Amino acid sequence: MIPELGHFALALALALSLVQAVLPLWGAQRGDARLMAAGPGLAAGVLLSVGSAFGALLWAFAENDTTVSNVVQNSHSAKPMLYKLAGAWGNHEGSMVLWVLILALCGAAVAGFGRGLPGALRARVLAVLGMIGAGFLAFILVTSNPFNRVWPPAVDGQGLNPVLQDPGLAFHPPLLYLGYVGTAVTFAFAIAALIEGRVDAAWGRWVRPWALASWSFLTLGIALGSWWAYYELGWGGYWFWDPVENASLLPWLAGCALLHSAIVVEKREALKTWSVLLAILAFSMSLLGTFLVRSGVLNSVHAFANDPERGVFILALLGLTVGGAFVLFAWRAPSLSPTGLFAPISREGALVLNNLLLCTIAAVVLAGTLYPMFADLMLKAKISVGPPFYQATVFPLALPLILAMAAGPLMAWKRARPWPVLQRLWWAGLVALGAIVTVWLVRGEPILPALGFGAAAWLIVGALTDVSERIALFSRPRAALARARGLPRSAWGGAVSHAGFGITLLGMAGMGLASERLAAVRPGESVSLGGYEWKLEGVRDVVGPNWAGRRATVTVTHNGAPVTVLEPEKRNFPLARQSTTEAAIHTTVASDLYAVMGDEENGTATLRLHYNPLAPWIWLGGAIMALGGGLSLSDRRARVGAPSRRAAAGAKA
Amino acid sequence: MSGTGLEKAPPDAADEPGGVRPPLGRRVLVWAPLGLAVGGGLGFWAMLRGMRDGSYDPRGVPSALVGKPAPALALPAVPGLAVPGFGPEALAAGGPVLLNFWASWCVPCVVEHPQLVALQRRGVRLLGVNYKDKPADAARFLAQHGNPFAGMVADTDGRAGIEYGLYGVPETYLLDGRGTVRWRWAGPLMPDTLSAELEPLLRRYA
Repeated sequence: MIPELGHFALALALALSLVQAVLPLWGAQRGDARLMAAGPGLAAGVLLSVGSAFGALLWAFAENDTTVSNVVQNSHSAKPMLYKLAGAWGNHEGSMVLWVLILALCGAAVAGFGRGLPGALRARVLAVLGMIGAGFLAFILVTSNPFNRVWPPAVDGQGLNPVLQDPGLAFHPPLLYLGYVGTAVTFAFAIAALIEGRVDAAWGRWVRPWALASWSFLTLGIALGSWWAYYELGWGGYWFWDPVENASLLPWLAGCALLHSAIVVEKREALKTWSVLLAILAFSMSLLGTFLVRSGVLNSVHAFANDPERGVFILALLGLTVGGAFVLFAWRAPSLSPTGLFAPISREGALVLNNLLLCTIAAVVLAGTLYPMFADLMLKAKISVGPPFYQATVFPLALPLILAMAAGPLMAWKRARPWPVLQRLWWAGLVALGAIVTVWLVRGEPILPALGFGAAAWLIVGALTDVSERIALFSRPRAALARARGLPRSAWGGAVSHAGFGITLLGMAGMGLASERLAAVRPGESVSLGGYEWKLEGVRDVVGPNWAGRRATVTVTHNGAPVTVLEPEKRNFPLARQSTTEAAIHTTVASDLYAVMGDEENGTATLRLHYNPLAPWIWLGGAIMALGGGLSLSDRRARVGAPSRRAAAGAKA
Repeated sequence: MSGTGLEKAPPDAADEPGGVRPPLGRRVLVWAPLGLAVGGGLGFWAMLRGMRDGSYDPRGVPSALVGKPAPALALPAVPGLAVPGFGPEALAAGGPVLLNFWASWCVPCVVEHPQLVALQRRGVRLLGVNYKDKPADAARFLAQHGNPFAGMVADTDGRAGIEYGLYGVPETYLLDGRGTVRWRWAGPLMPDTLSAELEPLLRRYA
């Protein structure tokens, strides 16, 4: 009964979304306030019905209702409750419902918090969100119904992919979806602006919080996914340039460019057409990722069970959304009022440079992701584009970006003089140079990790310089605390995020110096790596709730002093006929000691040992970047909202 | 607020709505994103179509034979077996054929066998190649597990296996009515493989 109610709720949500897509838009075109006012109520109705459907799905998983085909395929009664619930969105159908639920939440948030928005703009934004929601709900109902029944009921479920039974992964998709769906809201704002033919400072101010929120969630989601890959997949790396990883990086890059260009729209009324295009691109990249992951056109560890039928449907959605948006853009963008010129050496000049570089990086990553697929299609050649390509292309582009990142916030709007800015970055430059020389002298080749340390130092000291300048820490230290309180949260947010990126770079540079060793050892034997002695004490059997495995005990000592005991495992999940490796990681501030258990043969066990300096800083930096986004979001300006357009229009007249 | 900024806009503000038309370059440039998107979309559509007819396979290493005529099989029947042999012409008999390489010594073949029997019951034409096997063992295997095969030949020395690029046993090839290889499956056919991969293909080539 409850699954049928869930199915019905989805259909109801589709009907409401269709109405939401039409009525407010029509009202906005005709200037009919009553029709426009239907938007918020409809958005609330969609949220209520999608929420009920998601609740019904959670219920089916919690109860392990084996008459629901989705539960049978993805769950099992022996699974812990957290993973039963996470299983609801750990599969294609359920994750689509979660996607639509988050979209409905965003729609309701626009309806609820958007009281300061002009009625017509809000109505158009809600209508565009309604169209997107209707498209995805139709996709779920036609190709991916999560509530399909099976008869007779199965005895029990077939278990969830054991690799996905992990707390990190339980929260990775919801965070990513919050980010992806956030780009849908900025997209809706862009479309509404194109329909209206107007982009102004107020538009920039309304779009920025959404761009910020979506970017912060994407940052968290990507960081969590990367961390999960690091400790769960047991490959010892944190980023593999896998097509699906790239698919999440692309909207992140576009969103990062957008949240910077929206500042220019807000402050200087410039870069309007560009910001609209970026908002469209960010959402297009999110949809492209959805298509790549769910249609089966690429082969990846992340890909869902694929089905060309679904692929065709998503491609049609992608074509309608992105194609429609680009047609509208080509038609309307030339009529957006053009913007004033500005000097290249200025805050806005630095932000333009940031945008150009971010978009070039995005274009390179997109090309690297799609090229093997198109080469296979057109040249019939199996090619894989791997880390060497990205290292050779992304790093040279990232270098000027990082250089500009520290300098940009110190520049004045309109026209800055380069010399004072460089003077203030004197310390940052000195520390960065010191870091490069020190690392290079100590470690020698390769030069890349040394450059990474330098870049990290440049960013972190640069962010500190920015904040200390603003609060006059050195010139008037007594008033500094009061000034720090008075400093806008958006300024804090920017500095914190930039420093967070520096911390991530520090971790990546450290990983560039990582060492690993593969050794077949007998109990009692030891191996040395990274200045530590790793001794295998023994291997024994272990049994978990739905798995059985082997656990190695490795004691690690440093100059004879005990450091830690690592217990890497190999787990075998009989239901899923799959085994996983559980890496054992000992984290200190300075490094990760990382051990993976391999096969056993004739009394020897294969151990893969890694010494990863500064590894935890990669994800710490990601969290700090997202924290900066959150700080900026809590700024008074975002809360108070934009000045009403009526006032702006009055001033113009 | 900055709403007044428009008044101070530089001279080229003439191309406001209703003013002079924007320059040609700009009007062309705004169509560029659409052009790229359409190109990409057509490519993706071709991939999806290719996935259906087997010409585009993102997974693994495809069999070199897919899309090509199946190598001719001129092999003797298995002596002492109730199942008749078949000649090269049986591979292009006008309807889809599943060519299954198997052996009685192969454990996954036992796992696969019920699926073959189920396919045969539904009217799928199955031809077997008994790979490096003893006739008596093959006969005992079929007597014990049932015989789904309409024809059977013996590849005693493994020559046919080399011509087909056999990965191991069991391995199954789907040939269309004209004897062209459409699909290859290395390893046992399991129920999910049948429903996810084989059945759509059987419907297409029926």
